[in-house]
This record gives sequence, structure tokens and C-alpha cells, in this order.
Amino acid sequence: MGGTPLPDGIKLIDENGKRLDGRRPDELRPLKIEAGALKRANGSAYLEWGNNKVMAAVYGPRECHPRHMQDPTKALVQCHYNMASFSVDDRKRPGPDRRSQEISKITSEALTHVVFTEYFPKTSIDVYIEVLQANAGTRCAGLTAASVALADAGIPMRDLVASCAAGKIDDTVVLDLGKEEDNFGQADIPVGYIPRDDEIVLLQMDGDLTADQFKTGLNMAIEACKKIYDVQRDALKRKYTLPAGKTDEGGGVN
Amino acid sequence: MAKNVMADLKRDHITKLLSKGMRIDGRKFDEPRPLTVEKDFVQSAEGSARVHLGDTDVVVGVKLMVGQPFGDTPNKGVLTTNAELKPLASEAFESGPPDQRSIEVARVIDRGIREGKAVDMEKLCIEPEKEVWIMFVDVHAIDYDGNLFDAGNIAAMAALKCAVVPAKRAKKGEDYPLPVSHVPISVTAVKIDGHILVDPTYDEEIVAEARLTVTSNEKGDLCAMQKGGSGSFTPDEVLKVVELSRKIGADIRSKI
Repeated sequence: MGGTPLPDGIKLIDENGKRLDGRRPDELRPLKIEAGALKRANGSAYLEWGNNKVMAAVYGPRECHPRHMQDPTKALVQCHYNMASFSVDDRKRPGPDRRSQEISKITSEALTHVVFTEYFPKTSIDVYIEVLQANAGTRCAGLTAASVALADAGIPMRDLVASCAAGKIDDTVVLDLGKEEDNFGQADIPVGYIPRDDEIVLLQMDGDLTADQFKTGLNMAIEACKKIYDVQRDALKRKYTLPAGKTDEGGGVN
Repeated sequence: MAKNVMADLKRDHITKLLSKGMRIDGRKFDEPRPLTVEKDFVQSAEGSARVHLGDTDVVVGVKLMVGQPFGDTPNKGVLTTNAELKPLASEAFESGPPDQRSIEVARVIDRGIREGKAVDMEKLCIEPEKEVWIMFVDVHAIDYDGNLFDAGNIAAMAALKCAVVPAKRAKKGEDYPLPVSHVPISVTAVKIDGHILVDPTYDEEIVAEARLTVTSNEKGDLCAMQKGGSGSFTPDEVLKVVELSRKIGADIRSKI
């Protein structure tokens, strides 16, 4: 080990209460979502969140593979989370590892809750999340992008899932950990949330928190999810609202 | 079954148009699709680029790590090219380890870079026989509308051109730009019903009888080729594709 990972004298929160990137404790990193970023997929979304770049694509409902997983009563939502080999500093070996398998599973489960799976028996709805550039918080970014991609695919849903993490750094509860905060922080709580029904559909936690800190963090994440939800809705509105004075008929140019 | 019917219908449509001198998207036979190149797309990579070739969308990231040289090239860096044809990009791609198709794409792109001497591999030697830079070129298909060979090659060359060797991070001296000495560019054509079409779309690819990729350098010399598909080319057709590749390759090279 070449000394402490974080250079001496550098704190994750400075004397003014600002974080390394200048954010306040309850401030999100900048978030941009584009609905329908891909041509071939049935639905897609591209998301930039801080220094994360994530593409999500949806195919389906379509024939379910493998066959034995078909459910005669409902659709199967199958999420595949993958990190590009160049998305992290040290090249990641291509292919699924245990971490991405776990993220795929909990993301599938969170999305299954909002999709009207009973409308599409025996089918599979495949959700592909591709992390092109990773900078902490990719599971939340992936879930957030995936819900927009599902809506873009026209799949009937109860609501969009918004997702954000809270955490603890320098004994302070903060929102949306950046990379250094994630590496050298004390706790991380990714949350997936549905604003309309006030329900939590994804929750993990690791680190060390008091019960009160957890409560603060959870509330912080929920409030942030509400803001993220607005960004998700805006992305869909941008794609599906016609400019003033335009109708969806005719409109052909040459 | 259903797929075969669709392929037949598409084939009829495409060949009918070709007999009138037209392609399904209105291009000329020797006209590649519009190209956009966005360099430095991924900050976590040492070099990267996102390329749109028509509706085909590819991201390439270059990563460099310190490792051991091969015994027969003790003073040269190591090039590893990998292609990920993700199901995100098309229903035609499946999850799992690289299949024959993605291995072919990776190897054709690799051959262009390697045989075209794109990178001066001797400058990637840190200490002969002990330590060299291992260069990973990872080609990621994001949206697939045909011709990953060329989109991948263009993105790989653009990514190499903006790559920086992370020597400081590895405590091997100061960072320096990746020594790119040549820019080999591949141009792919397919044959449908006796017509030679440059830069095929997905629909053209699936009805094509044969495919030919020709990679040339800035001098117009050839450095790699690959024929694919169960059909054939006449020697004249091969020479025609070679000429097209040199001409179109020069144009593409000026854009990256």
C-alpha cells in the first residue's frame, strides 16, 4: 500500500460543509436523460449523471428465452446490467461478474413491480443496461434509465421508478455519492422509489450507520428520487410532445 | 420461419430497387452513410470515441496496462482487440461470451490496426523482456444497423489517435500520447444480385450473398482483407472493392 488512499489534509467535507466537487450534502450531481436514444431497440434511454454515462435499451415483450422460464400468467422482466471494459480506471474483464449479476437481479425485481406483466403472458421484456463510463452510483443510474426506456418502449407501467443513493462521509449523511466519496466513505444506501405510491422497490445498504442516520439518508434519497422523477418525465415529454403548431399527421418533408 | 419470410420479402424489395440502380435508403452504390466521430467520449478510458455510421452506433475504449511482453516480441507492446456485440444493440445479438460473429469483427479490426502498423508498438516497451504496455481496444456496439467492421475500425482509430499512455499513474514516468504512426481504414462492401454495395445496412447485410472488407493505409497500400458470406466475388469485383476502399478510406481518414 502506498500510504493512505486519500491524501493527508484532504477531507471529503470541508470546513464550509462543501464536498470535494463543491456540492452541499443534499445536492445531486447534474443529471441529463434522453429518451429514445437508439434506433433498433423498442425503447431506450441515454443518461448522464455526474460522470456516469449509461445507455438502457428495452426489447419486448417478445418470446421468452429460455423457454422453461416462461410464465403462462405474466411477462418476465429480465434485466442485464453490464459495465463496459473501459468504463472504469482498471480495465474490467468483459462479461458478467457476481456484482453485475446481483444488480441485474434487484433491478429486474424493482422494474417487475411497476410493469403490468399480466398483460403479456409467456413473454419476456428484456432490459439491457450498459454502463459506458462509471463514476459511482451506476446501479441507480441504470435503474433510472431503464424505467425511461421501458416507458419509451410503450410498455404499460404503474409508474416510473426513480433511483438515487444516500451515504455517509466524514460522519455526515449526504446524497448521491461521487467516486471518491464512494471509495472512502462510510456507508452507501441505494434506493429505488415510486413517487406516486410512495413505495420503495430497491434498497441496499452497506457500511456503518446509526438508526437515525439511516432514517435521514433514506428521506434524503426519497426526496432526491422525486426530483429525478421530474427529469425522467421531462425526457419522455421532450420526445413525445409535438412542437406548438405541429400535428402528428402529414408532416413529411419531400 | 417468420424470419425467412421477412428475409425473402426484403430480398425481393432490395433486389428490385437495385435493378433500377437504387438502394433502400436512397444512397448510391458506392456511397457510405453519413459519419460522425466524437473523440474522448469516455473519460475512464485512455482513449475513446463514439462513431455513428448511419444508424450504427459504436463506442470504442482504449485501455493500457503494464504487463509482460510475448517471448517472440520482447521489445514490443501487446495489442488485444475485443468486440462486444451486445443484445442492447440488436435483437440479432445474444448475451454470453463472444460468439463467432463478434470474434470475426474483433479480429478484422485487430488485423487492420496490427498489420497497418497503426501504433508504433516498440514505443510501448518499458523494459525489454520484462515490462511493456498491454493495449486493449474494446469495441462496443450500441446500436446495430449493419457494417460493424467499418464503424468499429473508424472508432478504434479515432480512439487510438486521442489516447494517452498513463505512465504517471503506473509510476513509469510521464504520460505521453499513444504513438500512432499510420491510420489504416477499412471499407466493407457486399454483393447482392451481382451488385456491389459499399457500407451495407443491416437489411442489406442479411440479404447479401457475400461481403468483403478491405483495409488500406494513407499511402493507398493494403493491409488487411476479409471475405465473408457463402457467396463469391469475381476477381474483377474484388479489384473494384479494393479501388473503392482506397478512395473512400482516404475520405474517411480525413474525418478522424
